[in-house]
Amino acid sequence: MAEFTLPKNSVLIPGKTYKAPAGTSNIRRFEVYRWDPDSGENPRIDSYELDMDDCGPMVLDAILKIKNDIDSTLTFRRSCREGVCGSCAMMVNGKNTLACTKAIDSYPDTIKIFPLPHMQVVKDLVPDMTHFYAQYASIKPWIDTQTPAPADSERLQSKEDREKLDGLYECVLCACCSTSCPSYWWNSERYLGPAILLQAYRWLADSRDENTGERLDELEDPFKLYRCHTIMNCTDTCPKGLNPAKAIAETKKLLVQRKLG
Amino acid sequence: MDFRSPLARVRGLGSAKTGTTHWWMQRVSAVALIPLSFWLIGFLDLCLNAPYQETVAWLTTPFHTVCISAWVLVAFYHAALGLQVVIEDYIAAEGIKIIAVWSVNLVFLLLGLAALIAVFRTLLIG
Repeated sequence: MAEFTLPKNSVLIPGKTYKAPAGTSNIRRFEVYRWDPDSGENPRIDSYELDMDDCGPMVLDAILKIKNDIDSTLTFRRSCREGVCGSCAMMVNGKNTLACTKAIDSYPDTIKIFPLPHMQVVKDLVPDMTHFYAQYASIKPWIDTQTPAPADSERLQSKEDREKLDGLYECVLCACCSTSCPSYWWNSERYLGPAILLQAYRWLADSRDENTGERLDELEDPFKLYRCHTIMNCTDTCPKGLNPAKAIAETKKLLVQRKLG
Repeated sequence: MDFRSPLARVRGLGSAKTGTTHWWMQRVSAVALIPLSFWLIGFLDLCLNAPYQETVAWLTTPFHTVCISAWVLVAFYHAALGLQVVIEDYIAAEGIKIIAVWSVNLVFLLLGLAALIAVFRTLLIG
């Protein structure tokens, strides 16, 4: 059966509290998931009280402030700090998002920060993305053609055909959508998940690609594709405002179209 | 130890190249059940309020015989398709999953048969 309860060594225990320095008035409390694979202890929730007068506006700013000023052992991924690299994907107050583009003020009170749900944790807020990236590689995310490219120009595409890639090419593979999907939680070994299926559709929708049939063959599977039950968590959570559920629906439409003609 | 690469694990046994018909028929049967279920409300209303002989006479007209047979076939077919998906979602162990899917299909086949036979017995015998 799908596992609905946490294994014993994953049960959260209370952690340390780091009080705000005396004399500060504009205080925000951040509760952060901490787990150190070397300690042998269960994961814990550490609480940090931050002086908001001395902190940037985004959730990532708060996490960086914790690491720089309070607790340098806090581990997380970050790079571009502007929502184009997808590194700082994490669960903030119960919803997956990019910490760098999410304003602290968009939350009312205490901010709870967890790693992406239902992923193996490497340390603290760092999930193991190996399987996710292997799934991405499996859909052959590159243009596949038999016709050689024109010798003196690029492969041409009409403006209308180029517009079909809008809403698809912007995906940064942060995995917020896939890790918010219950179907991906229960069956990620075989279900590709919304992020990878959106990427797969990006190549189905590309007028320059010549391998649509084989791509559809690869996707037509009760588990790889059809575990999507249009739950819509993916579209709800996407920090880039994309619609993976629609990309999956379009893929299903192509499969029905080729069957029924 | 599993020394297969992550990509080998993801590719596994490859695509089953099936699933579209299952998904599509689930939608087709769902749409068919909309008018059929409105018809069913009328039938249940008659069952509860009209005398037995009158209900049977109503059912014997070709249109209503077709409707009740269609409802039985489509409803059990839709239920079997749907339950198979639920089982595939939540049961990870291969053996149990296969037995569960078989059982569901078999049970709904028998229930559908029993329901159809009951309908025709009622119509023929009264």
